[in-house]
Amino acid sequence: MMAGRPASRLSLLVGLLVVVLFLLPLLAGRYPLYLAIQILILSVFSLGFNLLFGYTGLLSFGQAGFFAVGAYGCAKILLAVPNLFLGLAGGVIVAGAAALLLGILSVRHTRIYFSMLTLAFGMMIFSIAWKWRDFTGGDDGLVGIPRAPLTIPGLGSLSVATMERYYYVVLIVSLLAILAMYRLVRSPLGLTLQAIRDSESRAEFAGVPVRSYRLAAFTIAGLYAGLAGALLPPLENTVTPPVAHWSTSAEPVLATLMGGIHTFGGPIVGAFLFFMIKDIIVRFTEYWLIWLGAIVVVLTLGFRGGVASIFANRFLSGPVITRQSEPAPPPAT
Amino acid sequence: MDNIAFQGLIGLSLAMYLWLISAGLTIIFGVLRIVNFAHGSLFMMGAYLAFTFYGLLGLPFWLAVLLSLLGVGLLGFVMERFFLRKIYGIDEAYQLLLTFGFILILDDAVKIIWGGVFKIPPIPAFLDGAWRMFGRPFPVYNLFIIAVGILVALGLWVLFEKTWWGRLVGATASDREMASAIGVNVPWVFSSVFAFGAMLAALGGALGIPVRVVAPGIGAAMIIQAFIITVIGGLGNLKGAFVSSLIVGIFSAYGTLFFPVFELFFIFVIMAVVLLVRPQGLFAR
Repeated sequence: MMAGRPASRLSLLVGLLVVVLFLLPLLAGRYPLYLAIQILILSVFSLGFNLLFGYTGLLSFGQAGFFAVGAYGCAKILLAVPNLFLGLAGGVIVAGAAALLLGILSVRHTRIYFSMLTLAFGMMIFSIAWKWRDFTGGDDGLVGIPRAPLTIPGLGSLSVATMERYYYVVLIVSLLAILAMYRLVRSPLGLTLQAIRDSESRAEFAGVPVRSYRLAAFTIAGLYAGLAGALLPPLENTVTPPVAHWSTSAEPVLATLMGGIHTFGGPIVGAFLFFMIKDIIVRFTEYWLIWLGAIVVVLTLGFRGGVASIFANRFLSGPVITRQSEPAPPPAT
Repeated sequence: MDNIAFQGLIGLSLAMYLWLISAGLTIIFGVLRIVNFAHGSLFMMGAYLAFTFYGLLGLPFWLAVLLSLLGVGLLGFVMERFFLRKIYGIDEAYQLLLTFGFILILDDAVKIIWGGVFKIPPIPAFLDGAWRMFGRPFPVYNLFIIAVGILVALGLWVLFEKTWWGRLVGATASDREMASAIGVNVPWVFSSVFAFGAMLAALGGALGIPVRVVAPGIGAAMIIQAFIITVIGGLGNLKGAFVSSLIVGIFSAYGTLFFPVFELFFIFVIMAVVLLVRPQGLFAR
C-alpha cells in the first residue's frame, strides 16, 4: 500500500508526534522534560514572531520585551497570589497591552525602520527591568517564584508542583496556542495579513486598513511572546533582566530562520533544532552564540527556506508559501 | 546655573561619540540602503583593537587609534565584499539578519579573545588634566572629543561636497544604475563606503577607551542609541544625525542629573514623541 497524499501523510506525522509528546514523561527523565518545556515555550514564542515576519512581512528584533513583560507579570502575580491560572492569564494580558501600546508607535513604519524601532523598544523594556529595582528587583531579578497550583474559578484546583505535572500544563497550553495560530493564519485575518505582505499597495487599494491589520498582528505576536514568557518563571522559579535582552529576541528569529519562515510548522521545527544545537554546543564551549551567528550567516546566504521547506519540498511536495518582495522604495536621502 | 551649563558640556562630549557611530551608520545606509545592525560591534572592535595596541602593546595613543581604524576598516571591507554583496538582490530582511548574525559572532569573538572583564587604559599624558569651566574642573579629554566630533563633521562636509570620491559616492547614492551607466565602479564604491563607515564607528570606539569602559556589551548599548538617533533625525540624513546626536547626548546628560533611574527611558520618550509628531524624522525631506 502506498502512502497517502502528502497532506494526510503530514497529519499522520503530526498526530504521532503529539502522542509521543503526551507519553514523554513515561519515557524520559527530568532533564529531557525540562528541555521539552523549553522547546515548547520557544515554539509558542517563535510562532508569534513568525506571524509578524513570515506572514505579515515585519521583522521584529524586540520580541523579548513582550516575553519579559509576560514573565515579570506572571512572576509578580504568583508572588502575590499563588494561582498559576491567574499568573499565566495576567502575564498574557499585560504583554498584549504593552504590545498594543508600542505597536501603535512601531507599525507607523515598516521594513528597516520597523526593525530598528522594535529593537529600541525591546531594549527600553530591558532598561526598565534592569533599573526599576523596587518593582523588578534590578539585576537580581525576582526570586522564589512558586510553581503554584492551577486554580480555575468554578472548576477546581490542581497541584502542578512536579516537573511531570508542569510539563503537561505547558504541553496543553502550547498545543492550544499552536492550534489557535493554525486557525488564525487560515482565517480572513491571516489571509489579509499575507495579502499586505505580498503587496501593501494592492491591499490598500482593495480597501484594507493596512495599519490596523499590522497592529493586530503585532498585538497577537505580543500575546504569544507574553504567553511564552509567562510559562517560564514557574519552571525556573526566578526571572532576571536577560529575558528582556536583545539576545533573547534573537532566539525566535534564529529558530524561525532555521526552521523556515514560509511554512506554518517551520518555527516549531526551528525551536527544536535551536535547543538541540545549543545543547550540543554548550557541552564543548560556553561561547555558543558565535556558532549561532555562523549558522545565521550560512542560512541567510544559502538556505533561506530553512529546514522545514527542504522537508516540505523533498518529502511532502506540498505547496510552500512563497514570498514576493516588492521593489525597493525610492531613496529617502 | 553653572551646574546646568557644566552638565551640558558633558552631554556635548557624549553626543560626539554618538555622532561618530551614527555618522557611519547613516553614510552606509545612504549609499548601500542597508542598516548595519553590527555597527555597534564595529564600534566595540575599534575600542578593543585600540586597547590592544595602546593599553597592552604600549604604542603611542594616536598610532593605536590609527591602527584600530585600519583594522576595523579592513573588517568592514571583508563584511561587505564577501558577505553582504551576495544578497543585495533579495528581500532586505535578509540583509538585516546577516548583520544580526555578525553581532552574535563579533560579541562572542571579543569574549574569546580578550575575556569578559572590562578594562580602562590610562588617559594619554598630553590629554590628561582638567580645565576650570563653569566653576568646576572639566576634563581636557572631553574637550578633545568635542573638537574631534566637530572636525569630523566639517571633514565629512568637505569630503562629500568637494572631493572626487565624495561626488562618486553622492552619485551612487542618488541613482546607482545611472552611476553605473556613466562608468562609476559601483561595487568598489559600496566596499569603500562600508569600510569608511566602519572606520568612523571604530574612531568613536577607539577614542573612548581612556574614559569609557572597554567591555563586550558596549557595542549593543551604542547601536541602540544610534538607532534612536537615526529615527529622530531621519534615516540616511547626515545633518539630521548630527543634530539628533546633540539632542540625545545632551538630554541623556540632563537625564542622568535629574532622573538617574530613568535616564535611558527618557531618550525613548523623546523618540516616541518624534514618531508621533513627525514619523519620518526631524530632518527627512
